[in-house]
Amino acid sequence: MTTPTETPTTTVARDLPSSATPRQPRPASGSSRPGRSKQAASETRAGYSFLLPWMIGFLGLTIGPMLFSLYLAFTRYNIFTPPQWIGFDNFVRMFTEDQQFLQSVQVTLVYVLVGTPIKLAAALGVALLLNAVSKGSGFFRSAFYAPSLIGASVGVAIVWRAMFNSDGPVDAGLSAIGINIGGWVGNVALVLPMMILLAVWQFGAPMVIFLAGLKQIPRELYEAAQVDGAGKVRQFRSVTLPMLSSVIFFNLLLETINAFQVFASAYIISNGSGGPAGQTNFYTLYLYKRAFGDGQMGYASAMAWVLLVVVAIIAFIMFRTSKSWVHYAGDNR
Amino acid sequence: MTTAGSQITSPAQLEVPLVAPPAGGRRRSLKLTPGRIAVYAALTVLAIIVLYPMLWLFLSTFKPSSEFGQNQGLLPESPTIDNYLKVIEGIGGIPLWRFFSNSLLLAVAAVVGTLFSSSLAAYAFARIRFKGAGIFFAAMIGTLLLPFHVIILPQYIMFQRLDLVDTFWPLIIPKFLATEAFFVFLMVQFIRNIPRDMDEAARIDGAGHLRIFMSIILPLIKPALITSAIFTFIWTWNDFLGPLIYLTSPENYPLPIALRLYNDQTSTSDYGATIAISFVALLPVLLFFLVFQRFLVDGVATQGLKG
Repeated sequence: MTTPTETPTTTVARDLPSSATPRQPRPASGSSRPGRSKQAASETRAGYSFLLPWMIGFLGLTIGPMLFSLYLAFTRYNIFTPPQWIGFDNFVRMFTEDQQFLQSVQVTLVYVLVGTPIKLAAALGVALLLNAVSKGSGFFRSAFYAPSLIGASVGVAIVWRAMFNSDGPVDAGLSAIGINIGGWVGNVALVLPMMILLAVWQFGAPMVIFLAGLKQIPRELYEAAQVDGAGKVRQFRSVTLPMLSSVIFFNLLLETINAFQVFASAYIISNGSGGPAGQTNFYTLYLYKRAFGDGQMGYASAMAWVLLVVVAIIAFIMFRTSKSWVHYAGDNR
Repeated sequence: MTTAGSQITSPAQLEVPLVAPPAGGRRRSLKLTPGRIAVYAALTVLAIIVLYPMLWLFLSTFKPSSEFGQNQGLLPESPTIDNYLKVIEGIGGIPLWRFFSNSLLLAVAAVVGTLFSSSLAAYAFARIRFKGAGIFFAAMIGTLLLPFHVIILPQYIMFQRLDLVDTFWPLIIPKFLATEAFFVFLMVQFIRNIPRDMDEAARIDGAGHLRIFMSIILPLIKPALITSAIFTFIWTWNDFLGPLIYLTSPENYPLPIALRLYNDQTSTSDYGATIAISFVALLPVLLFFLVFQRFLVDGVATQGLKG
């Protein structure tokens, strides 16, 4: 903070080095050392004052809980009695004995690995259609985006279940064309595809990002490709996909990590049970049941850390492999 | 409102092409070639499919409970507002307005807290040079990818020790401590795009950081504040896991948890009321969307908000 005793010139001299891109070289002999360090100290004080709320939250609500959760992962703990150190028992139990855990991993992986690519393909496909027309694309863009905003809510989960029930409109429509399903919700084979459809229905958010990326691709690239005799398919493969690769990477990373954390819709559709036959027992739902249903805070913390490590590994692999397929503008590779 | 949307500046300036299409594009778009007609037809069919569940929900709220299972079409055969009358009564002796006002209180508090704490942190990261800024900024970006479940259990234990379970505090306090890193990041990006000339002029006039923040930066980042406010409101309004864990008395329930109660207790007996309260819970979000759609869609386009 500036004090009234300081002259305007020293204020400017002090401020210049603090800008991110100094337009002038740092004045080497302008201000004396003790004055400079006093000013730096006052900047630091101001910085931490502004950062105080975030800092309290970061230490008290993120880092502290993370470390505590890491400790709990190696304990047996039910909140009411003190944590009891059991080493790696939670992790061993998870991967060797707990069939429900293994099934929840399998269900979640199917949901992520099948649902995310379909969702992104739908997003890219519709973005390409929207990019081909300019009139009215604003209306369609908004219409397709709306489900992303409400898709994870309880209300939509209830609607989804009502629509895919044995007496709902989806079955009615399918039986009209001769396909009799008898309800998706209670069907062990179809409830997971139904959940994936709910995820795909929310293709709007990545679509909007794809569309913004498509608008960035210079028209001349397509014209040049056309001159070279490239057809539409070839243009898509050789111009659109490489130019869009950074946006594809961004969407893939974000959607994959989000998909691992699906919770509310699975909870509502299965009434909190994860059924039928564990087919909606997604990772986070099972973690919730362990923690708040059975009071196994230690085991649930171990599960949370497994999730964190898996998400971190996936993000790491994506970033590492991205170097070979993600093309950034101005990058001549 | 309409102009502010186009002010959203991203590092990549993704917005620019949307506002000013390249010359020649407009002329071509007026011609309705067969290919173009096919694209519009495909988009229209898709829009009907995508919007169908919402339309079905809205029209089904007017179906009497007995009609579900027999009439799967869009239009109710014998329209009624009984479902709404039942919903307004509430559940378990608690009227609907109670759940609604709980939701509203939580959402408004979250908006106030997020704007306050995120803008302060963003100013520090974007405009003040201090030791440790780089490390903390990197740490903040790291929390963007952190699964919520790693910290929710210890947070619950902590708030339980503080005897704050079954109050709104565990849901409100984190918002005042800028725990939603995305909004800090969004505002940092925004502030970085503001030229420093005005700050420096204010500095010469003897203004400190607080003055510069309040009278120069805050007014200039209004679009980012509005985007953050809308998304915070909608995410808090829809939030399920937080209230599910922390709130145990029905009179404290926000709408999503009350909805679950409905879903568990009445779904078999009173389909119509369950559908109607689902619609009532989604209505504010849908209205927000209709009013602010440009802001929301542009926010996603430029900043990649998860939506």
